[in-house]
Amino acid sequence: MAHIIDRRLNGKNKSAVNRERFLRRFKAQIKEAVARAVKGRSITDIDSGESVSIPVKDTSEPVFHHGKGGVWEHVHPGNEEFVKGDRIPRPQGGGGGGGSGQGKASQDGQGEDAFAFELSREEFMDVFFDDLALPNLVKTQLSGIIEMKTVRAGFTNDGTPANINIVRSLRGAMGRRIAMAAPMLASLNEAEEELDSLLESDADTDLDERERRRRIHLLRERLSAIPFIDPFDLRYNNRVRQPKPTSQAVMFCLMDVSGSMDEQKKDMAKRFFILLYLFLQRAYDRIELVFIRHHTSAVEVNEHDFFHSRESGGTVVSSALNLMKEVVHKRYASSEWNIYAAQASDGDNWDSDSANCARILEEALLPVCQYYAYIEITEGEPQNLWYEYLRIREGKRNFAMQKIRDAADIYPVFRELFKKQQGVNK
Amino acid sequence: MKPISSGSEWTFDLIDRYDAAIREVALGEYGLDIYPVQLEVITAEQMMDAYSSVGMPVNYHHWSFGKHFVSTEKSYRRGQMGLAYEIVINSNPCIAYLMEENSMTMQALVIAHAAYGHNSFFKGNYLFRAWTDASSIIDYLVFAKQYITQCEERYGISAVEDLLDSCHALMNYGVDRYKRPEKLSLEQERVRQAEREQYLQTQINDLWRTIPRREREADGHAAPRFPSEPQENLLYFIEKAAPLLEPWQREIVRIVRKVAQYFYPQRQTQVMNEGWATFWHYTLLNRLYEKGLVTDGFMMEFLQSHTNVVMQPPVTSQWYSGINPYALGFGMYQDIKRICEVPTGEDRAWFPDIAGSPWRDTLDFAMKNFKDESFIAQYLSPKLIRDFRLFSIRDDDRDDKLEVSAIHDEGGYRQVRELLADQYNLGSREPNIQVWSVNMRGDRSLLLRHTMHNRRPLDRGSAVEVLRHVARLWGFDVRMESVDADGHAREHFEVKAPTEAYA
Repeated sequence: MAHIIDRRLNGKNKSAVNRERFLRRFKAQIKEAVARAVKGRSITDIDSGESVSIPVKDTSEPVFHHGKGGVWEHVHPGNEEFVKGDRIPRPQGGGGGGGSGQGKASQDGQGEDAFAFELSREEFMDVFFDDLALPNLVKTQLSGIIEMKTVRAGFTNDGTPANINIVRSLRGAMGRRIAMAAPMLASLNEAEEELDSLLESDADTDLDERERRRRIHLLRERLSAIPFIDPFDLRYNNRVRQPKPTSQAVMFCLMDVSGSMDEQKKDMAKRFFILLYLFLQRAYDRIELVFIRHHTSAVEVNEHDFFHSRESGGTVVSSALNLMKEVVHKRYASSEWNIYAAQASDGDNWDSDSANCARILEEALLPVCQYYAYIEITEGEPQNLWYEYLRIREGKRNFAMQKIRDAADIYPVFRELFKKQQGVNK
Repeated sequence: MKPISSGSEWTFDLIDRYDAAIREVALGEYGLDIYPVQLEVITAEQMMDAYSSVGMPVNYHHWSFGKHFVSTEKSYRRGQMGLAYEIVINSNPCIAYLMEENSMTMQALVIAHAAYGHNSFFKGNYLFRAWTDASSIIDYLVFAKQYITQCEERYGISAVEDLLDSCHALMNYGVDRYKRPEKLSLEQERVRQAEREQYLQTQINDLWRTIPRREREADGHAAPRFPSEPQENLLYFIEKAAPLLEPWQREIVRIVRKVAQYFYPQRQTQVMNEGWATFWHYTLLNRLYEKGLVTDGFMMEFLQSHTNVVMQPPVTSQWYSGINPYALGFGMYQDIKRICEVPTGEDRAWFPDIAGSPWRDTLDFAMKNFKDESFIAQYLSPKLIRDFRLFSIRDDDRDDKLEVSAIHDEGGYRQVRELLADQYNLGSREPNIQVWSVNMRGDRSLLLRHTMHNRRPLDRGSAVEVLRHVARLWGFDVRMESVDADGHAREHFEVKAPTEAYA
């Protein structure tokens, strides 16, 4: 007899290692693709997979094979009109013509020029984090699935014995017993009354009497056959899993868009914002984003304009801080919202404005913010804004700043923030 | 008799009953000789897994399998490609996969095709008997996987991966065509691997220690040629003679070589193997129908997939992509059966020794003792050539036009048959490349020789790529020349030793 084995339940992802090897091998190309994707994506959309394509020639596995030329003689099926000795013009374009007799020619890869495939969300995040040099603990913290907690949600008909709700089940059983017994009780009463009246009357009713007694007996038996409790009555406590975080947060993105902030700096800033967003996403149910860009004056814009429109001119940082203060005041009462802010700039500021900035920050913003992070994207010497902020930093747990040159410098800004989070989790 | 089932849903019980019915017909009535059967029900995802590790249930890890998986998955998800209905493994017991998505009819078809058709071919055909050891292959792959994992731990994933890349490039040149490999068990293999490692290294060292002695050359004797004869098994030669490889590297070369060897018979018996399995699923299921064990609906569904499988689009069709081995093989076995049972005058003239003979014996003989090339040369009948309307086209690069060299007529049968047989000859399908010599006294460079067949050149780009891999294994410069029929070198290839050669 043949042996039949059900393998469906074991080892689903046998190829996972091979897939990972494949990704590992083409890391450089994949990194590039991910960088492109980050540029093109919205901050809130960072958390999904991505389709990646890499040049086919990089992935090919060479073997010796024949090239074009020499003598080939191939047999084909389905001859329609040819007879021996017919001469046919050579079909153009290599493998296209069926009769070319150069089946081998197609091997040298005229087909696709890109090998495309999908990166899963985890793989995508992995590559993204790699860039930012995140510590592993933080990586898992960010990319992990949201923690769930179990809450009560009424009762169900189905469940494990441990979850049986006794009161509900018995209440149900009683209801069922009453409902099932009612019609029988009614006819029982009726029969008994009839019997009584028969007994009272003097007529010869032997036959009727016996009939009634049998009926009463039958009904009593049926009544006693109603089960005290039935599987149908059982009720189980129902529990559903809900995502744990339940509060809301607002994240302010402030960015200098004056002429000196070029594409590359903006791109860096974007990563900075994304990282904060990912962190918030872990901790809060609902996150709103507010984008404020500024040069000499600040405006609130949508994400696309925030990253893509070009402005020029001078820089007055306090304008953005003032606007943020206004928005917080109008829409995000700090009793209901957790407020986070991330500010990116290249450090340029109008000289006398920096002191102003520090004052607004210290007096109006930091007291209401959970965390305020500032990055200065510059190669050069720090400027006056930096020194002003540096002064504020003393003794403030919810303020972080960092001068960055490349993406790996971003994480330290948030180190404090993540440390806190880990502490809470423990 | 009552049909076994009428619905399209399968259950384990039904699979068991269909298998029993098929077995009764296959073994009882037709006398097929098979390995024990192990049917494994798997999901589509597992089928893709199996696909991408060349069909084997265990295999070592390599990125190329991952690449294969990624692309299979992509085209499957997009619906561009259905998965193969079946994968069958030449092992003892013979493992056949049944995909859970299949209908009952398809499961029965797969059982008949794989578990009885392919299975009996694996057990009967001389190439499989000589080249593969069905009872030890799974064990060997387990050993290979463990060994390679160990190497990865010790020497790093990248080092192992690079080595495997190089070996894979030469996989088609890792076979002794004329020698018969030995059978090994897992335990023996492990012990022998350790012995081999030590012994080999001493040999290698000796081989090269003899080189620098100048005095010998001075006394007029030419140094002995090395290797003394050209070697067709490139991987074997590298495993035994590459001067700079570490023992573990030699072992990995050997593993790739062994796996290549295992698949070698499959590459040589496409038409025969698929044709045989198709012939038997067709014969067996028709027999079940005659016995009333399957319904009309079952037969309709079965015949529809069977027709798809043996469909041969003509050369003018846009779907044409060469000759369908299922169609050709199925046609040939059916034809041999016909020649045995109702031979025509033509058949008697062409096949005097099989016309009118008992078809089961004749078919068994044909299955057991041939490979595609010789099978076609022996059994392709004029009738089948006419049925397929086969014709040959000569494509000579010195001629500005193609020429029809033979068609399905009296004068062309033999030529068509010869050409078709040659088309399945691995020797002429793949470039003939051998190890020619090693420059023992000079730069230790390796010389390969490509013997041109019909003036067919090598594809230069890929050839250089492969030679880079050879150079990585050899550790010194590698040269190759393409030599035409007259022995004149037509083309030269040269690759310098990589600076980061294995040292």
